[in-house]
Amino acid sequence: MSIRGRFATVAVLFLVAVGLIVWSVAAFLTPGTPGGVVNFTDTQAAGQPVDLTVQTVGAIGSGAHPTWVSYLVKNPHTGSWIQDTTWELPAHRLIHMTVLQYDTGGPLRNQEWGQVQGTIGSTASLNGQPYSVYDSNAGNGVGHTFSVPGLNINVPLVGVSSSAQVCGAGPCATSSPHNTITFSFTTPGPGNYHWQCFVPCGLGYLFGNGGPMATQNYMGGFLDVVR
Amino acid sequence: MKEIHHLRRMTTVWVIASVIVDLLFWFLVGPHVPPGRMTNMASSDQFDFNILFVIAIPVLIGVWIYLGYTIVVWSAKRGGPEPVGGEAARTNRTAQVAWIAITSVVVLFLAGFGTVELMVNNGSGGGEGPNPVWSPAGAAKAETAALAGTGTWSPNSGQVLPVQVIGQQWKFTYRYPTFGGFETSQLILPDNTTIAFNVTSLDVTHSFWAYQLGVKADANPLINDVAYTATTQRGEFVVRCSELCGIWHGAMYNYGHVVSPQAFMTWAQQTEAANAANTKLLPAFAWTYVPDANGAAGGYYPDGTVTPYSRAEVYGAKQPVS
Repeated sequence: MSIRGRFATVAVLFLVAVGLIVWSVAAFLTPGTPGGVVNFTDTQAAGQPVDLTVQTVGAIGSGAHPTWVSYLVKNPHTGSWIQDTTWELPAHRLIHMTVLQYDTGGPLRNQEWGQVQGTIGSTASLNGQPYSVYDSNAGNGVGHTFSVPGLNINVPLVGVSSSAQVCGAGPCATSSPHNTITFSFTTPGPGNYHWQCFVPCGLGYLFGNGGPMATQNYMGGFLDVVR
Repeated sequence: MKEIHHLRRMTTVWVIASVIVDLLFWFLVGPHVPPGRMTNMASSDQFDFNILFVIAIPVLIGVWIYLGYTIVVWSAKRGGPEPVGGEAARTNRTAQVAWIAITSVVVLFLAGFGTVELMVNNGSGGGEGPNPVWSPAGAAKAETAALAGTGTWSPNSGQVLPVQVIGQQWKFTYRYPTFGGFETSQLILPDNTTIAFNVTSLDVTHSFWAYQLGVKADANPLINDVAYTATTQRGEFVVRCSELCGIWHGAMYNYGHVVSPQAFMTWAQQTEAANAANTKLLPAFAWTYVPDANGAAGGYYPDGTVTPYSRAEVYGAKQPVS
């Protein structure tokens, strides 16, 4: 083979290898999850509090990983539940958040996440009852947390009883056993703030922090705070 | 025809240029070299970096001068004879020996200098493992008292303040054993105080890197990695995880503050009171905690215990001799 031919062959093989690597990384980071950003910036008049409603389900029930635990968010425009964990919020605004927790719970690896932090008054409400600390070794334990490390926000989401008829696949209807947790916080200035669950709920993965814990649109995402 | 002493020429230019650039660097750039002067370890790091620069600059200038001189003075002239062969092209043993000797001395000096700096600065802010070889005065006493739950700290007392750093995917939290063992997401430190960081992890390996403090220590599960520093300036610093620890590794950072001793005392007492309900639910303060695993087969805690985060084997900071 001529020098030119060899060069062309090597160049083609190199480009194929680079393409495969890029494709693999992209596929790993977005394994069949829906994309997009849920926009909450136009749901209320300027200065008015924004309502944000989510639910946590023990199994999403569809898509590439139907058995994975996941968050779902209520589309503020259509009212439908969608699997998207990047939420666009207005800056310096009061956010009223409601979490419908359909999953069971257990002891926390670190009870530090059993304390409500960063919310208005450092409290949340569990089925109408205020709480600031939840003992994860008692009762139904903690199923998940909603935590924004960069804003020091943490809310333990108390689990439902495992003996109840737990919702098997999301989105779950309010007729299924669930806990309603509400709290409020104020968004800071513009920026991207990572949020996640601090319960290692990626069962079957190393330390429970792989799978849904390490995949966008399941147990973590971003608060995309804009002007 | 007068013989030109090329080496003398180059050496003269090299010495003058090196002295000028070194002095300019030391006085103009040196004070701004990271990591700054927020702690004694940071100051020490800055001093070490500046020494390295001051030694490296003459080497760099020497190479550049030689290259420049070669190109300007010894390059072939148009129409002139080919500059190959002859006496001038032979190996210069003196230059070879001098180069090897000088570079060897520089490297050996830096090896010795680095070792001394590591020793006299109590590990130079690096994690020394569970049994530190070099500790500041009072550290062992404070660490032992912290573990026993009898530790105290007050402003301007000169006491060492133990702070535990707990890494978990994906956030650092901090425990203050001398204030009831409360745990918090905030890292607040008093000024003019020696800090004993005790770094561990609840899952994978992280690394606690507070570069403005001159501190960097790996956070390994079931290991207490001890690092020391002493605060000397107030202000904000950043903490980052410097060990790739999973998908949200890039989000694993927070900001800490060095404040006045009195402000720290107020903050610590208020936080201790505010967190009291949760502190009672935390495990007793220990250097490490178990279990650290979530079995690959699923289940949060494979050993079946309902105490997921509990005091582990008690070992770590060097115990007092008597």
